[in-house]
Amino acid sequence: MPRPGFVLDVDRSTPPTLFWRGERFSLERLPADRSRIIYPPEPLAPLENLDGAIRHALLNPHDSDPLPALLFPGMRLTIAFDDVSLSLPKMRRPDSRQRMIEAVLDLAAEAGVDDVHIIAALGLHRRMHEYELRHVLGDRVYDAFHPRGMLYQHDAEDPDNLAVVGTTPHGEVLEINKRAAESDLVVYLNVNQSAMDGGWKSITTGLASYRCLSHHHNPETLQNTRSLVDRHKSDLHKSVWRMGEVLKADGPKIFQIETTLNTDTFPTPFDFLSKREWEWNAKDRATYLATAKALDRTPTRMARKIFHGIEAPYRTTSVQAGDTDAVHEITLQHVFDQQVVEVEGQTDILTMGIPFISPYNPESIMNPILVMCMGLGYLFNMYRNKPLVREGGVVIMTHPTYRDFHPVHHPSYIDFFDEVLADTNDPAVMSSKWEQRYAEDEWYRHLYRTGNAYHGVHPFYAWYWGAHGQQHAGKVIIVGGDPATVRRLGFTPASTMDDAFELATDTVGRSPSITHLHVPAMLVADVK
Amino acid sequence: MKALQIRRSAARLGIARVASALNPATAAKWGPLEYRTVDEPELPGESWHRVHTRLAGICGSDLSLVEGHASTYFEDWVSFPFVPGHEVVGTLDDGTRVVLEPVLGHEARGFAPPFDGAAPGDGDDYAHLATGHLEPGIQTGFCCSTGGGWAPSFVAHDSQLHRIADDVPDERAVLVEPIAGGIHAALLTWPTIERNLADGERPVVAVLGAGTMGLAAVAGLRRYLPDVHIIVGARYRHQQEYARAFGADAAVAPDELPRAVRRVVGCHVVGDHLSSGAHATIDAVGTSSTVAACMRITRPRGRVVLLGMPADVTLDLTGLWHRETELKGAYTYGTETLPDGTRARTFQLALDTAAAIGAERLLSATYRLTDHVDAVAHAASAGRRGAVKIAFDLREDS
Repeated sequence: MPRPGFVLDVDRSTPPTLFWRGERFSLERLPADRSRIIYPPEPLAPLENLDGAIRHALLNPHDSDPLPALLFPGMRLTIAFDDVSLSLPKMRRPDSRQRMIEAVLDLAAEAGVDDVHIIAALGLHRRMHEYELRHVLGDRVYDAFHPRGMLYQHDAEDPDNLAVVGTTPHGEVLEINKRAAESDLVVYLNVNQSAMDGGWKSITTGLASYRCLSHHHNPETLQNTRSLVDRHKSDLHKSVWRMGEVLKADGPKIFQIETTLNTDTFPTPFDFLSKREWEWNAKDRATYLATAKALDRTPTRMARKIFHGIEAPYRTTSVQAGDTDAVHEITLQHVFDQQVVEVEGQTDILTMGIPFISPYNPESIMNPILVMCMGLGYLFNMYRNKPLVREGGVVIMTHPTYRDFHPVHHPSYIDFFDEVLADTNDPAVMSSKWEQRYAEDEWYRHLYRTGNAYHGVHPFYAWYWGAHGQQHAGKVIIVGGDPATVRRLGFTPASTMDDAFELATDTVGRSPSITHLHVPAMLVADVK
Repeated sequence: MKALQIRRSAARLGIARVASALNPATAAKWGPLEYRTVDEPELPGESWHRVHTRLAGICGSDLSLVEGHASTYFEDWVSFPFVPGHEVVGTLDDGTRVVLEPVLGHEARGFAPPFDGAAPGDGDDYAHLATGHLEPGIQTGFCCSTGGGWAPSFVAHDSQLHRIADDVPDERAVLVEPIAGGIHAALLTWPTIERNLADGERPVVAVLGAGTMGLAAVAGLRRYLPDVHIIVGARYRHQQEYARAFGADAAVAPDELPRAVRRVVGCHVVGDHLSSGAHATIDAVGTSSTVAACMRITRPRGRVVLLGMPADVTLDLTGLWHRETELKGAYTYGTETLPDGTRARTFQLALDTAAAIGAERLLSATYRLTDHVDAVAHAASAGRRGAVKIAFDLREDS
């Protein structure tokens, strides 16, 4: 029986706590009697027969006819799937998207459907490499569809292959992939690792144009998204759901398939990373020491390769299919069942170790902008009701924050760091002053469409992702980061955790309460 | 008199070349530069004056000689032994303060000028530099007949002297010569960018290197070509700050310059070249890598102006051929044609510009001649040490 999440009050007997520092980690001792550590729940039991569960979901959908009843010869069927930003780390093969797509294709073949397009719903993310497509979809699907041009990646900058479905009462234009818009049926395959994802967000971001995305990926919306995992208090999700209404009224029929994962994140020998430190046995301690020492002597590039090579032993805990609204409500319940930890009250200081990966750097570099995005965007937003840290409190992150960028994946990030952040770190100012130029830059557009680059505007979106956290926190400190780079982000550098606590006293006084978010694995702090 | 002098010595040049790779001070100590007793130069004729040095700057071309890196090209255009020093403010025997325009032009060498009112640097035949009644020498400071500024006194022709007002401090006046060089380079971009301005574009000029000359080029661009967008690649923070203060729209680290240019131009990057790029680029360093870098960021049919003395460089010219890039040397100064068609002596423009930018702030440190080893070491590592211009101060000697 997996144990639920847990909030540990730190006392003098509490062992040091593990903090991620990018491709490395450290053990930090938190002050006794005023610190607490939030541990995620242990992995829930998975579905024993995933293929059977998928087939059952397709034949017994929620608020929808069974999938076979929606399939007919001569129809245009489009299957869209979540891109490489999920799961993190990538799951072991076979990926659940492969299992879903094979089940859908079997039914399509039985129904005589031969006009099938498979589209990676990457929105403004980078195009996936062939090896990533093969990992996600399996060789059989890739080899059958890609050579015939029926498996491809969404292009948010291809005016000939975008279509306006309609406009919301708020004036938001829903412009999505034309093939999807003109299909008789769109089947969307979702892997849900966060309550932020899935639902109408799948299509209205993954298959959308820049114009469409800009309605909800902007500073004002994201500052009023409180939080990303609480869709009823999220302006982003409200916008997305309004677009969903347009899609229902004027768009193609949608058949949504969503799956949820448990939190079994790290395989051996990294499984100690998921354990609670006081439960480490001699082998865990030895593995930690050996790994930490080895990583200290390993060039960052090599360490990065090692970590990105990890294949998570995630297992699927639920599959549901049918109407998007109905499906997503069930999905959210499964996500929260796995991830929610009840937490009593806010804290003065929130600490978090920034790991090697975020949704925007699979097989890539966690550049400084992504450090901000991961800390103040994703981790800060892992709450319901109230942020873990009080308004005006301090956020302390640990990460080397090197000034290093992947030139192929993140070309506009480099210029964003050099040019935009040199001018401002205010999301509203950068949005009005700089965003359009980056969004319409022909070189970025070319690299996004033909290479493996994130869209030119993407660093802005990554920055906006942290807009709520940036607005809420009184001070942000990065421990162990390159000082000049940290300052460029608008944050305060510190050499050690003790220095960081000392620096924080200016903002939160001499005896602040401290809460450490022990992630990954994922959790949602339900703050009472 | 006691002066710094460079004598032709293959051994000392060789030592300097090796030693400079290790430590500029060692090159200054064991290289061809010596502090020794020399004869005061004779006045070569009428219209010549004895100039008593007050401040004399140390320039990159001086350093290349001291460190044994100068091109063999100059062997026939200079005469040994010579006293270096061509960035000079001094006084005449009657106490008049003057700035030296060091080029030994037609008039100084007894030839008719190429046109009425020509500056010493004008003309399209350099025969006069190696002939006439003086020994060969492109400038004062490279000619054994005239001496140079790294001595208590030297001789100069009327055509080389610019009287300066009492309110011009020596510290500003000593910067006039390098500023003139920078302005000349800045104005050499004009023929290329002129048509873009006419088309309503805002031409982009990149400047790579922000030592004294690079900063002078920035100041010249902003003052005489005010509508250009200036992007500077400067290695050190203080250089970036000066560049911005002198009018650069952006100042970035040199390795960020291509991206900074691309951002403004909005072009692509193809391989290691920008698909388009700056309309003109000024290379204020002059090494193989900087010339190549400038060619990579200059748009097809654009111009690269070589302000830094390049010496021997190795270049792949395929890109130059393909892009029809124009390489243009920028040696010293002369008579300029400004965008409005008026003509002016570069030195007059430099005197005005030096006043406008408060050029004296670029003079970071001064040394006595006796401390020349430290002075050369400081000048050779000026950027790294937060300095710009280093000079000798002979005011107590004059």
